[in-house]
Amino acid sequence: MHIYLDHNAGTPVRAAVREAIARLLREEHGNPASVHQSGQRARRILEEARERVARLVAAPARSIVFTSGGTESNNLAIFGAASAARDRRRRIVSSSIEHSSVLAPLAELERRGFEVVRVAPDRDGRVEPAEVLMELDENTALVTLGLANAEVGTTQDLAPIAAAAAGIGTAFHIDAAQALGRIPVRVVELRCDLMTLSGHKIGGPAGSGALYVRAGAPVAAVMLGGPQEAGLRAGTPNLVGAVGFGVAAEELDRELAGEVARVATLADTLFRRLRESIPGIRLNGSRAGRIPNTLNLTFPGVLGESMLIALDLEGVELSMGSACAAGAVEPSHVLLAMDRSTDEARSSLRLSLGWSTTAEEIARAGEIIPRVWRRVAAAEPLAEAVPLPEAVR
Amino acid sequence: MTARVLVAMSGGVDSSVAAAMLREQGYDVVGVAMRLAPEVQAPVTKRRGTCCSHDDFEAARRVAERMDFPFYVVDLRADFAARVVDNFVSEYLAGRTPNPCVMCNREIKFDRLWQRARALEADFVATGHYARVERDSCGRFHLLRAADSTKDQSYFLFMLTQGELSRTLFPLGAMTKMEVRARARELGLVNADKPDSQEICFVPDGDYASFVESQGGPRRVRPGRIVDGGGRTLAAHPGLHRFTVGQRRGLGVAAGEPLYVRGIDATTGDVRVGTRAELASCGLIARGVSLVHPEMADAGKIAIEVKIRYRHPALAATLAMVEADRAEVRFERGGPAVTPGQACVFYRGDEVLGGGFIERALEG
Repeated sequence: MHIYLDHNAGTPVRAAVREAIARLLREEHGNPASVHQSGQRARRILEEARERVARLVAAPARSIVFTSGGTESNNLAIFGAASAARDRRRRIVSSSIEHSSVLAPLAELERRGFEVVRVAPDRDGRVEPAEVLMELDENTALVTLGLANAEVGTTQDLAPIAAAAAGIGTAFHIDAAQALGRIPVRVVELRCDLMTLSGHKIGGPAGSGALYVRAGAPVAAVMLGGPQEAGLRAGTPNLVGAVGFGVAAEELDRELAGEVARVATLADTLFRRLRESIPGIRLNGSRAGRIPNTLNLTFPGVLGESMLIALDLEGVELSMGSACAAGAVEPSHVLLAMDRSTDEARSSLRLSLGWSTTAEEIARAGEIIPRVWRRVAAAEPLAEAVPLPEAVR
Repeated sequence: MTARVLVAMSGGVDSSVAAAMLREQGYDVVGVAMRLAPEVQAPVTKRRGTCCSHDDFEAARRVAERMDFPFYVVDLRADFAARVVDNFVSEYLAGRTPNPCVMCNREIKFDRLWQRARALEADFVATGHYARVERDSCGRFHLLRAADSTKDQSYFLFMLTQGELSRTLFPLGAMTKMEVRARARELGLVNADKPDSQEICFVPDGDYASFVESQGGPRRVRPGRIVDGGGRTLAAHPGLHRFTVGQRRGLGVAAGEPLYVRGIDATTGDVRVGTRAELASCGLIARGVSLVHPEMADAGKIAIEVKIRYRHPALAATLAMVEADRAEVRFERGGPAVTPGQACVFYRGDEVLGGGFIERALEG
């Protein structure tokens, strides 16, 4: 009855994942670090999960460090690389459209004396590799960039950056949380040192994630304690999360090519339908070079906030920008960085499809969204969207 | 189809109980908390019972969770700044004493929010105001004082039209504050004993003068003289936004008997002071007048009671419309200080007939 079009925020848990987790909770209780047989069974289960996640990204199993999710992986990669660089390298290169779990650690490192460069994207959300290369020097500890942008879906061409970073001994971190499951993500091709993965975005449970760490990559632990996860992530592993992530990865690995094409067709169908019935609607982000499940759309003449609430009351669930601490929606920093005006950003919504999305849901969303748009535009004309005075910002 | 009602929720006990009661009555309740004031960096200890903080939104959210209805925070800061705060600042700078709560009701709760309600296919907007709306046998709507006279808020609602009254619900109108608190406890609402909000939500430290100066900018501040009835200069003052008619304290003028602000002249910058006896007026001219029953405009002189400030008792008076939206009000007996900018609200018994904003006092 609800049409869930917010997979970039989090995916529903796959049935196979649910079952695997239920079985685990029923049958196992051991700590993978324990010597006894319960511990040994738990350890085997954990390593199986690691192999499954590794296979999905074509990486060696021992390079996968389980974490509590994308945010922790990004924190570990960034603080870990900064700390491994000690005082030798004091510069970090990134972009202005990264996820908050990248931007906030970078801001913190800036306070601690690092020089942080945030390359601006073009109007399609693409970060020009040449501009990144220009910022790299031998003083650069880390380059951190998202493979696919969560809000507009644009993917980046990272191959030239990987080569250059490797050439000068700079650590290269890719945030692939939003790309995993939407397009093929293969470590061997991306040639990075560190890569963030999230189980929650591919049908695993929230609270499951991983950081790929290339053998010998310059990264130090952030969470200190026991020797778990090759010393990079102390603490008893979240076996439930790892198993769920592993099963989701395995299922996705089997069907990825077909699933990417299926979701792309559904997203295209929905966008065509909306373009026919909503004059002036615009797609943000690049046409080519994108994760096909994400449609970031500017709806003419309405506030995104109104559309979001009105659609929710009709059972269509999607998102806008990010939520502030008070729970109100704020215009997307990604759209603002892509040179959209505040008003344009305020009129933009993100629809993100995923494994659970059906053709029937898309057909219904294609009816409901234009109807709601007409109603909201008539009831609440956008002339009301007074530009926010300075005092309010 | 059950009727959908958009309930404006502040996180306070009143709007929480209002929402919960409507939900129990079977309405399709949609709760909204409005983000209105800019986030103020005032230290928490200086805040005095204001609304719009994150804690208040969380309190409202918990009510919605407990009563199982959808809840959203809506961002109306731009509208609030343009339609309420700017007016507040301009009025003070022009030597008047505005009532932003009246403005907020008119511009935000019963106009801007109603647009949003229509966008969300709501049939009604509800608030936790203490006031009553009744529909008579001819289909006309009447705005009435609340049953609890100590909490009555009809003063702040005088501008509501027939159309607005027809789609507005005040679930608390027949209840006393004690009953509302008891109801909140029965419903298990976490904020049952939260103190009432006070002061103006966007000036949490209560320092209006500094707020007006910072928002209006130094160029709009009008310094001038404090003068007596004979035009004699008693002192200089730094800005006429610091004064309000009827004010006694903070004049910085010593005299044999207490002096009060009698008038503020925005063109000359003069603040005229006088004795208590000189403050008295016999009536007022109101602008921006609206009548709940517009046909009353043709009725000539009408006997009414008028409230010229929220906390003042109603005074017997006669009302006559002098233009489409201007009225002359004459007090039956010599009246008190009349403060330009404040709302004056016309009553007959328990019924609100309309109201407007005080333009000036009538003397003699």
